[in-house]
Amino acid sequence: MATGTQALSNRATDARPAGDFDRRNADWYFDKLIAGVVFVCGISAILFVLGIFFFVTKEGIGFVFEKMDFREFLLTPYWSPSDAEDPEYGILALMAGTASVTGLAMLVAVPFSLGAAIYIAEFASGKTREALKVLVELLAAIPSVVWGFIGLVIMNPLLIKWFDIPVGLCVLNAGIILGLMAAPIMTSIAEDALKAVPDRYREAAEAMGATRWQVIYKVVLPAAKNGLLGGVLLGVGRGFGETMAVLMATGHAVNIPDSIFDSVRALTATIAAELGEAVVGGEHYQVLFTIGIFLFLVTFIINLSADLIVRGIRKG
Amino acid sequence: MVDVASPAPLADASQQAVAAVPNKLEVRNLTIRYGSEAALRDVSLSIREHEIFGIIGPANAGKTSFLKAINRMDVFTSGMRVEGEIHFAGRDTRRLNNVYALRSRIGVVFPLPVGLPMTVYDNVALSPRLRGITEKAELDVIVQRCLTRAALWDEVKDRLNALGSLLSGGQQQRLTIARALSQEPDLLMLDEFSIAVDPVTTMRIEDVLKELRQEVTIILVTNLVQQARRLADRTAFFLGGECVEIGVTEDLFTGEVKDQRTRDYVEGRFG
Ligand SMILES: Nc1ncnc2c1ncn2[C@@H]1O[C@H](COP(=O)(O)OP(=O)(O)O)[C@@H](O)[C@H]1O
Ligand SMILES: [Mg+2]
Repeated sequence: MATGTQALSNRATDARPAGDFDRRNADWYFDKLIAGVVFVCGISAILFVLGIFFFVTKEGIGFVFEKMDFREFLLTPYWSPSDAEDPEYGILALMAGTASVTGLAMLVAVPFSLGAAIYIAEFASGKTREALKVLVELLAAIPSVVWGFIGLVIMNPLLIKWFDIPVGLCVLNAGIILGLMAAPIMTSIAEDALKAVPDRYREAAEAMGATRWQVIYKVVLPAAKNGLLGGVLLGVGRGFGETMAVLMATGHAVNIPDSIFDSVRALTATIAAELGEAVVGGEHYQVLFTIGIFLFLVTFIINLSADLIVRGIRKG
Repeated sequence: MVDVASPAPLADASQQAVAAVPNKLEVRNLTIRYGSEAALRDVSLSIREHEIFGIIGPANAGKTSFLKAINRMDVFTSGMRVEGEIHFAGRDTRRLNNVYALRSRIGVVFPLPVGLPMTVYDNVALSPRLRGITEKAELDVIVQRCLTRAALWDEVKDRLNALGSLLSGGQQQRLTIARALSQEPDLLMLDEFSIAVDPVTTMRIEDVLKELRQEVTIILVTNLVQQARRLADRTAFFLGGECVEIGVTEDLFTGEVKDQRTRDYVEGRFG
């Protein structure tokens, strides 16, 4: 049994003389090696992005420089690429389709996922909490074609019956489907963000007599807002890029919607549906890749502004 | 390897009194900046082997920055720049090939206890394991010895497998000290260790430090001037980035000071 008077260390057998600050041992070299490996991993992410951007650009750039009329491309709603005599390449309607569906999806998903996250993180306890977390993760793993199927087979007849409309494949249908689809992952991220808020913040606020909701609204949500915003933006990205479910639930009709009951067509779904039939290297093919460039740029802008917003929040 | 000649002692009155004891740490013209703001300006001092060197001073005096520079922890703080020389055991810490080896010889105790999220046992066994000790029997001995030295053994011997981060504040601070001791440090740096610790535990830790003095050199940064008086052989007074005074602790408290500001601070008539 050691006692308080026992020597702290036995200097005579100390294997580390004070002068060895210059000896680079195996640990030191291993550290450098790992630093090198993770550097390569990090850099390769950049290379992949550049590579994809390069490929997409290469396929589409010929059209952009030679034949593209930017006004026609961005500002007209006429999309008839297979017209042999006078093909038209206006993506305004497609943009409207994507924007309306994504917007509606966020209207559905943001409150829904935030509520679910608050319940799971702040109210549910023990088994309920664990069960809900597992279920949410399970929901997040459902493939998008299954969601599209639900839109086609379940939502479609329901909407026709409830709202007395001829076709149930429309903005409303796709928006709900996409919202439900994005909600689980958003819930999961929001819940992580809420759980990351230290309990001492809650205790300090609760000790002042704040109600549970006041604690959440005044302390927890502001403290977690970076993570929450990150979750929402991930949801926007998901909605924007989603293809299969949107293809199946929108009705896939080129149209600027007047109401949520109109059928629309999304940018992504257009590429997916038409790339197979377009002649490789032909004009139609190039235009589809130009849409790819456009999607890439918009995603980039969304992410960049998200980053700037989050930075702004950090400073403020 | 070139052996760096030990630096000439600084012309300091209090130093000449005990000139025979070698210096553990030599700091020359140390200036620390964050961006363009200087947190510490032109500090020169030396710390002898096996002394407890106290540093007192109000908040923002630059005490923590001083400790960070010694341990080369400045690399963790972006924007922190260190100028001047720090010689540890005769070596210039700015020019080392292996700063991990340096850090492994310096134990640090931060103001708030840091029980790492692993068991009590693993907390103390971490550093020995990092330097390659794997044998259970050997680790057992080290863990028990360090916990005993940190006056924590009796309280945790029956729950060595409990999470270190779940101990009480005072226990976690002693666990932090035990972990620092498990490094077998040459130098132990404590930064306002009693901030989150009850008075009884503070006294117990102070007793531990008094005993450790025989084996390690200790730098004790403290916001309690009386704690410096109880423990430190010599004490430096930092104020607003300036090292106002260095002297034998008792002199500082009996009014034998060179600078009036030191007397005011020690007597609690400040600001
Ligand atoms: N990470 C940092 N970035 C910018 N300024 C800092 C940082 N850390 C400390 N400072 C500044 O340096 C000065 C000294 O701080 P510090 O060394 O922590 O003093 P003390 O420990 O004596 O309270 C203070 O004015 C403080 O604001
Ligand atoms: Mg400090």
